[in-house]
Amino acid sequence: MLWFTEQHTPNVRFSIKVDRQIFSEQSEFQRIDVFDSQEFGRVLTLDGYLMLTEKDEFIYHEMIVHVPMCVHPKAKRVLVIGGGDGGTVRELVKYSSIEQIDLVEIDERVVEVSKLFLQQTAQALEDPRVTCYYEDGLKFIRRVESAYDLIIVDSTDPFGPGEGLFTKEFYGNCFKALHEDGIMVNQHESPFYKDDAYAMQRAHKRICHSFPISRVYQVHIPTYPSGHWLFGLASKKYHPVKDVNWQAWKDLRIRCRYYNCQLHAGSFALPNYVEELLRDVED
Amino acid sequence: MQYISQDNAPILEALNKMKSARLVPFDVPGHKRGRGNRELTEFLGERCLSVDVNSMKPLDNLCHPVSVIKEAEELAAEAFGARYAFFMVGGTTSAVQAMVMTACKRGDKIIMPRNVHRSAINALILCGAIPVYVNPQMEPTLGISLGMSVADVEKAILENPDAKAVLVNNPTYYGICSDIKSIGKLAHDHNMLLLADEAHGSHLYFSDKLPVAAMYAGADMAAISMHKSGGSLTQSSILLVGEAVSHGYVHQIINLTQTTSASYLLLVSLDISRRNMALHGRQLVDKIISQVQYARDEINAIGDYYAYSKELINGDSIFDFDITKLAVYTRSIGLAGVEVYDLLRDEYDIQTEFGDIANMLAYVSIGDREKDIERLVAALAEIRRNYRQTGREMLKAEYISPKVACGPQEAFYGNKESLPLEDTVGRVCSEFVMCYPPGIPILAPGEMITEEILRYIRYAKKKGCQMTGSEDMELQRLNVLRTK
Repeated sequence: MLWFTEQHTPNVRFSIKVDRQIFSEQSEFQRIDVFDSQEFGRVLTLDGYLMLTEKDEFIYHEMIVHVPMCVHPKAKRVLVIGGGDGGTVRELVKYSSIEQIDLVEIDERVVEVSKLFLQQTAQALEDPRVTCYYEDGLKFIRRVESAYDLIIVDSTDPFGPGEGLFTKEFYGNCFKALHEDGIMVNQHESPFYKDDAYAMQRAHKRICHSFPISRVYQVHIPTYPSGHWLFGLASKKYHPVKDVNWQAWKDLRIRCRYYNCQLHAGSFALPNYVEELLRDVED
Repeated sequence: MQYISQDNAPILEALNKMKSARLVPFDVPGHKRGRGNRELTEFLGERCLSVDVNSMKPLDNLCHPVSVIKEAEELAAEAFGARYAFFMVGGTTSAVQAMVMTACKRGDKIIMPRNVHRSAINALILCGAIPVYVNPQMEPTLGISLGMSVADVEKAILENPDAKAVLVNNPTYYGICSDIKSIGKLAHDHNMLLLADEAHGSHLYFSDKLPVAAMYAGADMAAISMHKSGGSLTQSSILLVGEAVSHGYVHQIINLTQTTSASYLLLVSLDISRRNMALHGRQLVDKIISQVQYARDEINAIGDYYAYSKELINGDSIFDFDITKLAVYTRSIGLAGVEVYDLLRDEYDIQTEFGDIANMLAYVSIGDREKDIERLVAALAEIRRNYRQTGREMLKAEYISPKVACGPQEAFYGNKESLPLEDTVGRVCSEFVMCYPPGIPILAPGEMITEEILRYIRYAKKKGCQMTGSEDMELQRLNVLRTK
């Protein structure tokens, strides 16, 4: 029996039984592994950390895309930072109103490997509206001013290649790169285990400094540490619940397995302990 | 004896051998390979504590090297093109002091630029030598002091033919080099030694794209900070010595103030770093050059900032420029360098080397990663976007020519009194006042205090520079010589 085990904390482990290893490579930036499992289907890990499984990736990708798109349905130009597996882009291309999707992924190999082994997410990268840039997200965003309606930061954790995407300079540069009614959504770590909660607080603090509206919403992802995961929604103008025309989104008739408008509104209602963690770092 | 080459690291090899011998320690240090201090061992790691040992026969002795330390020093001498090399464990400060004290004794004169590091003037307090200051030129816009012009050095030499040595910064903290070859020739023609403070220049020995290294320019001694650009542990340094100086005498001078329990952590870090630089220095320095050039281009593209380079070269006071230095002029965004330095740390978690009145310096070295360079550039762009100020009155840094009333030793040990800072104009200062870093004195013992100097001190304090050197650590009061 072969098992993949990820250490969620120094004292907690999460394991998935592996059918077979499909792929393994040390790229310039990280170690990339793909394997098949009975329970979760195909799995992608980076540096030994689970990024996605075929079984539960829809939750992550629907929630990182449809929440901001429902708040800002007029978004035409979208930037995705990270997300080389293509899952986020797959949800974006469901909107015919979107004209341009730029994907900035530091590691070209992640995209290539996903195209080979993760068709479920990567096929969307073939959409003609998508342009891939293989460079450091911080570097890319630094040169952009008032160019996007929506920026989705679909990053790894705040160590390794994703480090620069949790910094104040990065969030500030995102603010600058957005139109005056733009929105930034980011992978916001988890409130549950201590180290993840600390990363989550740091990110929230820095985003609050850069954006007038900064809210956090929650989502349930079975394969991520504690299963309780957060996204951040930072906005220049629209409040993510109060300023939403729910009917307009419903009229788009986009099919989702996880996302719906009630869930959207409800996901911004947070447990007290999470509210407290967030309040602690808000000025 | 076996043939040893730059591939060897004799101290490292001896320590490894010692470890495998599993000696029972009945000698100092008392932590006994860390067992006696669990907390420290847990923090630093067992491997670190297991080589924190005392000198013993197989490990040689820094106070009197005859085996592995001697071999390691010989390899270092070869790698740096010197006749001899001394491993130093008291920082480059100890190397600079050994250099000055070897060249001068009480009453001897030494010619030096006023923008020397405090360690050089400290040495004068210790040995009683008298400085002859050469006015370093000042870049009027950037407000940084430069190198010495050859004509100024020549004038100082002709006016003080009895001086024993000329000391040169190669380069300055900001990367500015004097014409060290011509200055060296002048010094030697007048029977003076050429000493080089290469605290910021140990990498110069490993590239032909950089200014000439002091020993290759004919220096008789050079103090090189291996721990700055060479990658060794903080506080380790090397003193290089040429043919014209007595090796044994330098040794005696070093032993006057050097510890008799030199740390093997520091020594082995010098040994390993020397090997690394000797074998791979060229590629490593090339990488730094290209990283810094990238950062410079990107910072200059942000707007307003000025990250300067070789275009400053003027053939004399900026004879050459060390392009691995990343100094950025910040006054053009309405912020003092030290304000940008503070913002980078407090708001962006980026610690840079220092900020002065008009510039900040980011130290880029063999350990830097591309993504960290991106963070620095992005943070500077954000600081400009969020904090830029216009129409603010900013003090222009100007070279304040010191009026030397007496030698540093006489002033420091003389009859003195403590006065409120404001009441000291016209008196002779008996202590140091400096911003740290960079640690270049604003006032040195023996210099007249003027209103102009006090104005500069007040401004630097207001901008958040850390003022050091005075007995009163708050710098409310200053020690001055009693008037007769």
